[in-house]
Amino acid sequence: MSETTSTTGTAAAPVADNTRPLASEPKGRTGAARILAGRDAITIYALVAFLIYAAIAIPRFASPVTTGFLLLDVIPVLLIAMPMTLIIITGEIDLSVASIAGLASALMGVLWAGGMDIWLVLAVSLLAGIAAGMFNGFLIAVLGLPSLAVTIGTLALFRGLALVTIGDNAVANFPKPLTAFFTSKLGGTGIPTVMIGVVAVIVFFGVLLHFTPFGRGLFAIGYSKEAASFVGIKVARSKFWLYVASGAVSALAGIYWTLRYTSARSDNASGLELAVIAAVLLGGVSIFGGKGSIPGVIAGVLLIGTLNYALRLARVSDVVLITVTGLLLIVSVVAPSVGSAIKQWRHTRRVRRNFTAGSS
Amino acid sequence: MSSTLDHKKPTTAAPAGSARGAAASVLRLRELPVIIALVLLVLVTYLINPLFLTPQGIKDLLLNATIVMILATGQTLLIITRNIDLSVGSMLGLVAFGTGSIFAAMPDIPIAAVFVIGMFFGALLGAINGLLVTAAKVPALVITLGTLYVFRGLNNAWAGGKQYFAGDRPDAFGALSVDTVLGFPIITLLAIVVVAAVAVYMAGTRPGRDLYAIGSDPDAATAFGIKVSKRVFLAFLANGALAGLAGVLYASRFNSVGATTGTGMELTVVAAAVVGGVAIFGGSGSVTGAALGALLLTTITSSLTALRVDKFWQQAIVGVLILTAIIIDRVASLRTARKLRISEARNV
Repeated sequence: MSETTSTTGTAAAPVADNTRPLASEPKGRTGAARILAGRDAITIYALVAFLIYAAIAIPRFASPVTTGFLLLDVIPVLLIAMPMTLIIITGEIDLSVASIAGLASALMGVLWAGGMDIWLVLAVSLLAGIAAGMFNGFLIAVLGLPSLAVTIGTLALFRGLALVTIGDNAVANFPKPLTAFFTSKLGGTGIPTVMIGVVAVIVFFGVLLHFTPFGRGLFAIGYSKEAASFVGIKVARSKFWLYVASGAVSALAGIYWTLRYTSARSDNASGLELAVIAAVLLGGVSIFGGKGSIPGVIAGVLLIGTLNYALRLARVSDVVLITVTGLLLIVSVVAPSVGSAIKQWRHTRRVRRNFTAGSS
Repeated sequence: MSSTLDHKKPTTAAPAGSARGAAASVLRLRELPVIIALVLLVLVTYLINPLFLTPQGIKDLLLNATIVMILATGQTLLIITRNIDLSVGSMLGLVAFGTGSIFAAMPDIPIAAVFVIGMFFGALLGAINGLLVTAAKVPALVITLGTLYVFRGLNNAWAGGKQYFAGDRPDAFGALSVDTVLGFPIITLLAIVVVAAVAVYMAGTRPGRDLYAIGSDPDAATAFGIKVSKRVFLAFLANGALAGLAGVLYASRFNSVGATTGTGMELTVVAAAVVGGVAIFGGSGSVTGAALGALLLTTITSSLTALRVDKFWQQAIVGVLILTAIIIDRVASLRTARKLRISEARNV
């Protein structure tokens, strides 16, 4: 470009400026089109398409048994994905979620083995999760430390505390009625009873993100922290409470994990953080923050869950599953940039054509 | 474009050279906290348990650190440019298993050739990461999270339930991590050479400095004429080659390689870099610091064992160490920022 090299000379010739929008070009999708062709809608379509395909092509897929096992398997990821969505929308991340779940699980085991009342055990485990979340929130929101680095640290710390709490023991003798409740189904539908609680959590976070000023504020923070604080959004306070929520929900997931598998161990749910983040990103949440929706994330979680379940039913070996998860994640982020590159190229071409038509 | 650059104030070059200036620059070293922590840790452990520093003890310490040191070196190249590679554990696993397969298929292959093949293989995997990140302009965190799964899946598919054991490999190959020169295991010497070479490259060459510029401000780096995509791609390539080297060494050091080799290593590696003073948002830190961070993280495990601390405490202590490193780094950068503001205010 000539203007980058010459500082004194005036712009000799008008240069095709591809940043200026054209009158003839639609400025962006509005209304229903925006919802129906959005990034998260695509994940939902993919989920629906896959469900239909699986129901037709894979024997034994369309049955209440499927619903039951599928949902039981995805519940921990589904739960943690909710606060994770909100955190990633603000442009931060929480890698310590699985360790908090492990810590809650370890505490449950030790307290129950120590003879505490089971309801008190559950309450203490939940409180431990909240405390862990507050610790994260303090370091990130109050001290302003980078969340990626902090939660790598607390990932090790909380998992370490879980090890300190329970060592390499496992506690398995939880009350029968309780563990039975956690695998029970709602009548003949195959839907696990605990889904009622999970749906409550989902609705809570969905309403919080999409229908409250607090939720709108999170998108604003994700776009620009400075702008958000200028318009009066309490950035630090919002982030702090998000991490507290993340800690609480992670502890719930840990409690669920413990009672579902009837085993409290220090390594419960380890490595789950990456699965959660993969599902959230697949659901259309931008890692840069500012974009994403709860319905998209639910579809992302269920898509990975169903895909794994269906492939397993179709006797595709476990080893392929993990590859599919990775490929899905890569395609889901690369495809939009390929799409926008094509759009940009077409835009530039149109500007050039308009420009030559106008000057001749 | 250039007119905006002209507005920039001349950089304030601090007059250094005196002995006091040298002492001050040592105190300002980013690696200083990790060096102090390492020395204190080794000293205290030695005073309580003198068996900690027997030749065998030192050898074990270095051997444990070697592989993480190499991985942390590669990771630092990327973190400095504001990127990250979470797939290193999976790359290491693939190359380590590949090394096992090569020796199983061709027992007489020269060891040097295996190193070359391993590094090429790693570089290829790194190039996939680099290409996806630079061509699609998607954050490295997401892409490498994806390739973490993909590479691990490939490793699973390739290995299945198969494992290769040390007995399947030539004795000379295993000897690399047993024999010592001047008390240093051979593979550790190799790692030190790698760290030193990369450190010199980063500190003293144009492409190395470019990486810092990219991490400090990618837009400014582009405006300055640095080929950002090319440099970042090459950093991914180099990281892959180093992960490949680490994979070959892993096969030499450890008894078995299989489908799960290297699982979960990525966070240890990033932690080592962070502990070594590499800022997670790019632009500052050094390879030497990251290597020392790796040494500190692995040493802490051994010294806790030597101090007879309950082994269950180890991971919690590692966590505290990482958090401390981040806080120290934060305090240091706040002080630097204040100093810069003051000196800039004087310069107007």
